[in-house]
Amino acid sequence: MKEIHEYEKDLASIRTMMERSGKFISLSGMSGVMAGIYAIVGAVAAYRMVYYPDSPLAYRIESIEEASILTKLGVIAILVLAASIGTGLWLSNRKAIKHDTKLWNSTTKTLMINLAIPLVAGGLFILILLNAGHYGIAAPACLIFYGLALINASANLYDEVRYLGYCEIILGLIAAYLAGYGLLFWTLGFGVLHIVYGAVMYFRYDK
Amino acid sequence: MKNPFDQLDKTLEHRVRLQIMSVLVSNNSYDFNSLKDLLGVTDGNLASHIKALEKEKYITVNKSFVDRKPNTKYKITERGRQAFRKHLDALEAVVKNQKI
Repeated sequence: MKEIHEYEKDLASIRTMMERSGKFISLSGMSGVMAGIYAIVGAVAAYRMVYYPDSPLAYRIESIEEASILTKLGVIAILVLAASIGTGLWLSNRKAIKHDTKLWNSTTKTLMINLAIPLVAGGLFILILLNAGHYGIAAPACLIFYGLALINASANLYDEVRYLGYCEIILGLIAAYLAGYGLLFWTLGFGVLHIVYGAVMYFRYDK
Repeated sequence: MKNPFDQLDKTLEHRVRLQIMSVLVSNNSYDFNSLKDLLGVTDGNLASHIKALEKEKYITVNKSFVDRKPNTKYKITERGRQAFRKHLDALEAVVKNQKI
């Protein structure tokens, strides 16, 4: 028969295994902050291209007509996305090594699938919108689908991600109502919210 | 009152087996290599404990190949889930009895 404290250890190990196995704990908070900064840099570049010399707060009535601007916006979006994912992978991998775990495991796989479903559906939906000339609703749709993806994946992440998801959806709905302020809300959602979220995660879990 | 020690599951007394079961109750399925990394045990050690759980029909094994590399996934059975719950209750009772 084992000692009593051995049974207590058994119980404790059950708890840690259940938590650690289901959660992707390597996601670095700092990568959220960096993604937010990239988004703001991208948004400023987009603003200079589309709105300038109007104020960024001005309500935009005419939509984007020239194809060249649309292509440039697409390039900015892809650069921001690539930089965010790249930084996220690099910093999370570093955190995984520090915690002596692997970045890629069963949990990460489930997480990626859960994230990808709303994101791919949303991405295709937005491409269809853009193709049909509904530019004003593209930014709100980005925010809403991104929020849904975060909530869908939050079972395998820290709880804070779910709240980030709720905020993105609320912001997306407001943006859809005020369609002309798309860029402003996009910057709030992908820039400011990511920085706030990343900073919270950094101080709670990474320090 | 029944002696809680008698309620403990002999198969689940090993900590590694208990940990494997904990991972499988909270996840749909889990593969061999991820389990190995999470538990920090050797291939041989993990394989022998998995075999013991499989013999009791607490888990099911699903072998497949991904890019020609073996990819073995494990799932908990209903029988395993019940045994795990019962063992957990017994563990709690043992610890609680001690404290009184």
